[in-house]
Amino acid sequence: MGHFFSYIVEPGLLSSGPVRTALLVGTVVAVTSGVVGVLTVIRGQSFAGHSLADVATTGGAGAFLAGLNQFWGFLIAGVAGAAIMELIGVQRRRGRDVATGVVLGAALGGAALFLYLGTQTSSTTGASFTILFGSMFVISPDTVPALIASGVVALAVIAVLSRVLLLTSLSPELAAARGVPVRAVGIAYLVALAVAVSLSAVVIGAVLSTALLIGPAATSLRVAKRPSRAMLAAALIGTAATWLGILLAYDSYYWPPAGHGWPVSFFVVALVVVGYLLSYVRRPRRDRRARVAGQAQEEAPTQEAGACSPA
Amino acid sequence: MFSGLMLNTWIAATIVAVIAGVMGFFAVLRGQSFAAHAIPNGAFAGAAGAGLLGLNVIWGLAVFAVAGALGIGALGRRARQDVATALMLVLMLGIGALFVSFSTEYAEVTYSLLFGEVFGVGSNVLLPIVALGAVSVAVIALMYRPLLLASALPEIADARGVSTRRMELSFLIVMALATSMTVPVVGALLMFALMIGPAAAARSFTKRPGQAIALSVGIALATVWIGIAVSYHTNWPLGFFVGVIAAGFFLLGQGWGAVRRHWWVPRQASAVGAVAV
Repeated sequence: MGHFFSYIVEPGLLSSGPVRTALLVGTVVAVTSGVVGVLTVIRGQSFAGHSLADVATTGGAGAFLAGLNQFWGFLIAGVAGAAIMELIGVQRRRGRDVATGVVLGAALGGAALFLYLGTQTSSTTGASFTILFGSMFVISPDTVPALIASGVVALAVIAVLSRVLLLTSLSPELAAARGVPVRAVGIAYLVALAVAVSLSAVVIGAVLSTALLIGPAATSLRVAKRPSRAMLAAALIGTAATWLGILLAYDSYYWPPAGHGWPVSFFVVALVVVGYLLSYVRRPRRDRRARVAGQAQEEAPTQEAGACSPA
Repeated sequence: MFSGLMLNTWIAATIVAVIAGVMGFFAVLRGQSFAAHAIPNGAFAGAAGAGLLGLNVIWGLAVFAVAGALGIGALGRRARQDVATALMLVLMLGIGALFVSFSTEYAEVTYSLLFGEVFGVGSNVLLPIVALGAVSVAVIALMYRPLLLASALPEIADARGVSTRRMELSFLIVMALATSMTVPVVGALLMFALMIGPAAAARSFTKRPGQAIALSVGIALATVWIGIAVSYHTNWPLGFFVGVIAAGFFLLGQGWGAVRRHWWVPRQASAVGAVAV
């Protein structure tokens, strides 16, 4: 195996250790994102998922500037961002979009400042590129246990709450009537989302984080009949896209323009989007449950469109 | 602070704030903040591509912005719009990553496209922005009533024969063009902060759409003017101040709304009645 990996990435530049780390962590990220992503798509919180990645990245930039461990910067900023979104109105469906947007806007402003201060104190001009696109090969091995642990925490929260979460996602009124604390469940989910997204943003950057969160989940929800199977399928699709993306990025060293590899993020995103478009080719809708899940997927826009009357 | 190149900065920022205030009002009303974030952000990929081909950056931005708007419209018809938006965003940014990796000076280009170069606006950039601002605001003014109806009460709009789908697509394209063209000046990220915060704040102060648009433009202008002044003196990036000030205005609006809810109960009740009618 070591030999095989040493061919994937230029030998000498990276020994097989970091590459193995990248593949391991990439898999953890893809699985976590896939599972959390299914609930994100069902709940219609793609925007929050994407924004938290940017918010977390700002935290990472801040931690870098302060000389702290970047991963904790990502995680703390991501969870704090989720808490603020919740505080200023994610619980109301109509306010959610705006609350997310305002937090994102403020965080992007912070990113501008941190990047500016970063260029003043050191010569890291590539930071604005990394902040968007990330780099899978700059993970230091000693953060790997923390990365895996946070992925497990996010998955555990989802596993424990999955039934309640699905109920509150599909029918908040029914859940409330049954005595489910809808808001508390929503907060727990948002924290799990923040952890999952910070984890993926630190490893693969904000762009790929959103791609792996939404793409595989949206694809699997179109073909799978049950949420649990959709989660499994999303995890598999995400992992496959990540591995294939890394392989293709390696092969691209021999593509034009010569002597220059194509970025991993491009391949993973392209694979994820192509996978999603392929799911339109055939869409089995035999099972009633699939229809219910599909309806839930399509109902929310009308509810949100109805959110436009003056507050 | 008001001389030479800085004068261009003030003019450009003022026009950008007017565009952001008007577009932001409809983006917030329609619940399309995500699209407002995704389109200018994704259009940056087009700028990178145009730079690679040696074309004017404007063309790349225009092509990618319109493609993004059309893509969100087309995908959003069959799936949820937030999923469609997320996928278009990552697709465009993925292509952008590819373009940027081919370029040799990626770091500076990326930073300036994301965060803008408002303190170096040449007169040649100013004219297209003035023209574009006028055109986009005029287009919104032309479709003001049907767009407002389709945004606030989609079912009634459909019943009245206003095509909500066509309105959505038209608005997305106008917003895409208007916001993306300003990317070289204020940057993709700043434009977004300037659109959402002021518009959302304005909506908590007034319920009338005309007043809300005027207030939204006013708050956007105040945000960007204060931002430029502070940024000029501290040398810190404008994007930071705009993001923070816009969020501050939003919180002010939220606070105002809370105060009114708690102490002005009768008026609140009558307002609810008016909405119901």
